[in-house]
Amino acid sequence: MFGLSKKDGTLFLVVIGMTLFAPILLNPFPEGSELAQFNAGYPDLMQRFVIFGIFAIGFNILFGLTGYLSFGHAAFLGVGSYAGVWMLKLLTMNVVPAIMVSVVVAGLFSALVGYISLRRSGIYFSILTLAFAQMSFALAYSVLTPITNGETGLQLALDDPRILGVSQVNGSIPPTNFFGFEMRDGFTLDIASWSFTFNVGYYLCAAIMLIAFYLSIRIFRSPFGIMLQAVKTNQQRLRFTGVNTRPYTLAAFIISGMYAGLAGGLMVAMDPLAGAERMQWTASGEVVLMTILGGAGTLIGPVLGAGVIKYFENIFSKINDNVLYNWFSFMPDALQDAFVFMIHPFIGKGWHLTLGIMFMLVIICLPGGVVEGGQRIAKLFRRKKSGPADSGAASLPNSTPAE
Amino acid sequence: MDAIVLQVLNGLDKGSAYALIALGLTLIFGTLGVVNFAHGALFMLGAFCAVTLNTVLNISFSTIDPVKKDFLGNPLKVETPYIESWFGPELGAAIIDWSVPISILFAIPVMILIGLCMERGLIKHFYKRPHADQILVTFGLAIVLQEIVKYFYGANPIPTPAPAALSSSVDMGVFLGFDAGSIIYPYWRLIYFCFAAVIVGGVFAFLRYTTFGMVVRAGMADRETVGLLGIHIDRRFTIVFAIAACVAGLAGVMYTPINSPNYHMGMDFLVLSFVVVVVGGMGSLPGAVAAGFLLGVLESFASMGQVVDLLPGINQIIIYLVAIVILLTRPRGLMGRKGVMEE
Amino acid sequence: MKVFDKGVSRRSLMKGGVALTAGLAAPHFFTRSAHAYLNEPTGSTVTLGFNVPQSGPYADEGADELRAYELAVEHLNGGGDGGMMNTFSSKALKGNGILGKKVEYVTGDTQTKSDAARASAKSMIEKDGAIMITGGSSSGVAVAVQALCQEAGVIFMAGLTHSNDTTGKDKKANGFRHFFNSYMSGAALAPVLKANYGADRKAYHLTADYNWGYTTEEAVRTSTEAMGWQTVQTVKTPLAQTDFSSYITPVLQSDADVLVLNHYGGNMVNSLTNAVQFGLRDRMVNGKQFEIVVPLYSRLMAKGAGANVKGIFGSTNWHWSLSDPGSQAFVKSFGSKYGFPPSQAAHTCYVQAILYADAVERAGTFNPCGVVEALEGFEFDGMGNGPTLYRAEDHQCFKDVLVVKGKENPTSEFDLLEIVEITPVAQVTYEPNHPQFAGGQLGTCNPGA
Repeated sequence: MFGLSKKDGTLFLVVIGMTLFAPILLNPFPEGSELAQFNAGYPDLMQRFVIFGIFAIGFNILFGLTGYLSFGHAAFLGVGSYAGVWMLKLLTMNVVPAIMVSVVVAGLFSALVGYISLRRSGIYFSILTLAFAQMSFALAYSVLTPITNGETGLQLALDDPRILGVSQVNGSIPPTNFFGFEMRDGFTLDIASWSFTFNVGYYLCAAIMLIAFYLSIRIFRSPFGIMLQAVKTNQQRLRFTGVNTRPYTLAAFIISGMYAGLAGGLMVAMDPLAGAERMQWTASGEVVLMTILGGAGTLIGPVLGAGVIKYFENIFSKINDNVLYNWFSFMPDALQDAFVFMIHPFIGKGWHLTLGIMFMLVIICLPGGVVEGGQRIAKLFRRKKSGPADSGAASLPNSTPAE
Repeated sequence: MDAIVLQVLNGLDKGSAYALIALGLTLIFGTLGVVNFAHGALFMLGAFCAVTLNTVLNISFSTIDPVKKDFLGNPLKVETPYIESWFGPELGAAIIDWSVPISILFAIPVMILIGLCMERGLIKHFYKRPHADQILVTFGLAIVLQEIVKYFYGANPIPTPAPAALSSSVDMGVFLGFDAGSIIYPYWRLIYFCFAAVIVGGVFAFLRYTTFGMVVRAGMADRETVGLLGIHIDRRFTIVFAIAACVAGLAGVMYTPINSPNYHMGMDFLVLSFVVVVVGGMGSLPGAVAAGFLLGVLESFASMGQVVDLLPGINQIIIYLVAIVILLTRPRGLMGRKGVMEE
Repeated sequence: MKVFDKGVSRRSLMKGGVALTAGLAAPHFFTRSAHAYLNEPTGSTVTLGFNVPQSGPYADEGADELRAYELAVEHLNGGGDGGMMNTFSSKALKGNGILGKKVEYVTGDTQTKSDAARASAKSMIEKDGAIMITGGSSSGVAVAVQALCQEAGVIFMAGLTHSNDTTGKDKKANGFRHFFNSYMSGAALAPVLKANYGADRKAYHLTADYNWGYTTEEAVRTSTEAMGWQTVQTVKTPLAQTDFSSYITPVLQSDADVLVLNHYGGNMVNSLTNAVQFGLRDRMVNGKQFEIVVPLYSRLMAKGAGANVKGIFGSTNWHWSLSDPGSQAFVKSFGSKYGFPPSQAAHTCYVQAILYADAVERAGTFNPCGVVEALEGFEFDGMGNGPTLYRAEDHQCFKDVLVVKGKENPTSEFDLLEIVEITPVAQVTYEPNHPQFAGGQLGTCNPGA
């Protein structure tokens, strides 16, 4: 199936199903119920899930396969975003050129950074990539303001030239579109008290994510991918056998940089603004955390990790005391106050705390990340069925967590 | 010329903080093989030891002053610290004034305890785990520690001034052979530099001249052999971790009068101190200290008007630029050892 | 099934959905123009989105903004003592919510990052059906969210944002700012500085190296140069800088006798602390006492600098010690609920929420275009800043500006600033096409449908 092995094919089908039905799967709670707070099926967050999924998949091609830990990948995403916005400003509101240029520019930039950084390995490599990214961030925030619009972020204006399109429609900036389909369009399906939003932008991102995911499976399984894994296992031995590993690692670096650029391009296609803080080390650290949290070196892990972190950022930060009081409104006042007091530090402005605790718990209990959790559950079921132990598991044959 | 001397002083001062944090970080790297993303948080906790002591000393009882009014027009409550009523206003005020230096005594046991708990409770279980796992767990810990501090102290910086006697500045111009008034430098920053020098010297002497230090150094070089010789290296590593935590904490305590501490100050220093450690070379203590001072001084020079006019934006990126140049010309940083963290 | 433009609130749609028989999808289509505007509240409630920094360095300021919003909601719904609604010159609000609909709110975390702020605002619009977004504690975020609200078609009532650009080159028809700006700071400060320090001064600027820093430096430099000051040097400092020593020592080397710190928040606390450490305030240059100026003061942040702020001039949008009835009512209302006086951020946010509600009442609709019309050129009083105009050309409020000074003998931890002068509005008014605000167009209001 699609030239994939049975196991990978199944995984890919599952991923296709999940992305297609995400608007339904992510909105499990009826509107208006107290739990609707936990629904994540609105366009912006769904777009973010898949976009950061692409970012993490790309990062995993470098980190999961070769073991090279880049701490500057956000720079490629940022550069891609800027390139994308400039295309939207100068050329057309169609997102295709913007996305393509994002990928190309990020690819070129990553070729430069990779060529220099890959001269070193281990933590020296990490610090080199970090240094490049931090320089990009600092310059974009300040000196490069004419190109990046600094703190404010590069955004569209009413007087953009836009060669293949119009500058403004009735005093408004035209929306981004894909050959006429506006990214923000969509329709809503109401079933009883559930309401599901199907958004054009999300499905564009999802389609691209599926392609990106498919490519990453193919890369993982190709001779090239196996060579990269060999680099991770023992680079020294490869060198002794006369293999020059540099071209392989550089290729992996550029591919993952282009994935980051793709993510950046999609971000501006959905929401045409590029801010410098996209390139800050915290953003690079975030994709590292996503990958490790989900399970480095596994195919689906990074996407899950991205989903978990974005979910916490967008859903937990929005729960405030008012919401809590509503939840516990059935209780007597004193008990209600006590519960709110206990939960208060972990929600709203305390969402970072919850995230930190979750990082620690996941990595202490599940050394292989979220994917390992899934595998353990799957194993439990399989033991009950006592069937063949070969389905659903998403990891590589030798899925030792990467270093 | 005096401008350059001043920038050297600034650089040494900045470098002191970098060097102290990097020293502990590289100790943990070198001995335990752990990437500790929570090291910045230890620096921050040290600073909040000073804040806490200051707060404790300022615990007050309130009396109502019927003459003055508060912002709602009610009679104003006048707060008098207990310390002042116990020791008399003058001695009490003096104790509060000197709270930052006094905090050192308070911070040493606290930080050692935190270090021990961290190592025994968490880090110990991650010695054999991949670095990626160590990063995630220590980063998670750093966030948790930060958020706890934020919960109790808020997000705003909290002023913790140096003792009044030390908060002014000294004119060193004549002393250094320049015109009077040309080189004015705050006392506390000079103290910070001397303090850093003492701590660095102390740690080096400890590792150099004690049996304990010898074993630790041996463990850094070849952990397995030391273990085979029947030496219980793990316990020593616990103590090393506590020392590293303590050094970071003291760096934080002494830093509070220079800049008011806030809950995310650790993160601000974390990335820089990693750069410092790596530029210094993995597994090299002198390298970390040297790189700390080097980057500090270069950062100061890069911020001079003449330099910035020549290369706009150089002050923003100098540290990273220098790091790239050094790592490309010297593969293992300034004094790195072969084979440490290169996979 | 309904076809519509981007995010007609699912909350509003749900009402229709509820009516359907359980388990059955009854497909029915309608065109985009079925709703007059985005997120039209159809039930008995209306949802506002409070988007403030809850993590990062401005979290405390964000928390204060949130308190103000909660207070405003309470007052709008008829609870509490009514606060400034009693002193407000417009009497359209009746304390029964807005247009009879009970006010509900959702909160989000901007993290003081434009990406996160937009994500948060989008979720309020798409998920919660918010009809108006307000809040924020930096200009970068304000501009980013303002642009988002313009594109989406909801009203944005800016929180604390001081850069000229918010109502200058990045102004938007759907966005409104009550807070003052860099230009006003410069125009208000200059005469006071002249009166206190004389017309013959040499100023040295340290400027935060990002957008707000640039506009503030330009504003203060232009106004002080106009009254005779010289600008010796302007130096940009990196945003991430925590130790400003290497920027302060060159000041000692120059012949400047005034240091202007175009810094805000944590930067301001650190640079001011460092400047005082280096003995700048005890310095005599050209026979004059050396002075430090901080163009934009924030009381919350000034607290972090401790005793160092004493005697230092700056400007602020509002201060709780003002004695007009509006300010007093607000301080009383806020203080008795939370136990401490409100910050300027809290004040501007409270006012923005009330102004929005009032505009809706006067317009008789939640339609953003109606609200824009009601706010443009709106003149009001009783909100703590004297008579105020929401100018139609750029959606900026014009009102008195406070020049303040760090208090020498504070009586409490809140009593850090004293008001030196209330600069009358005429002195800080500028033409809409003033060079510092040039470029950019409002565009037309976007109701999102």
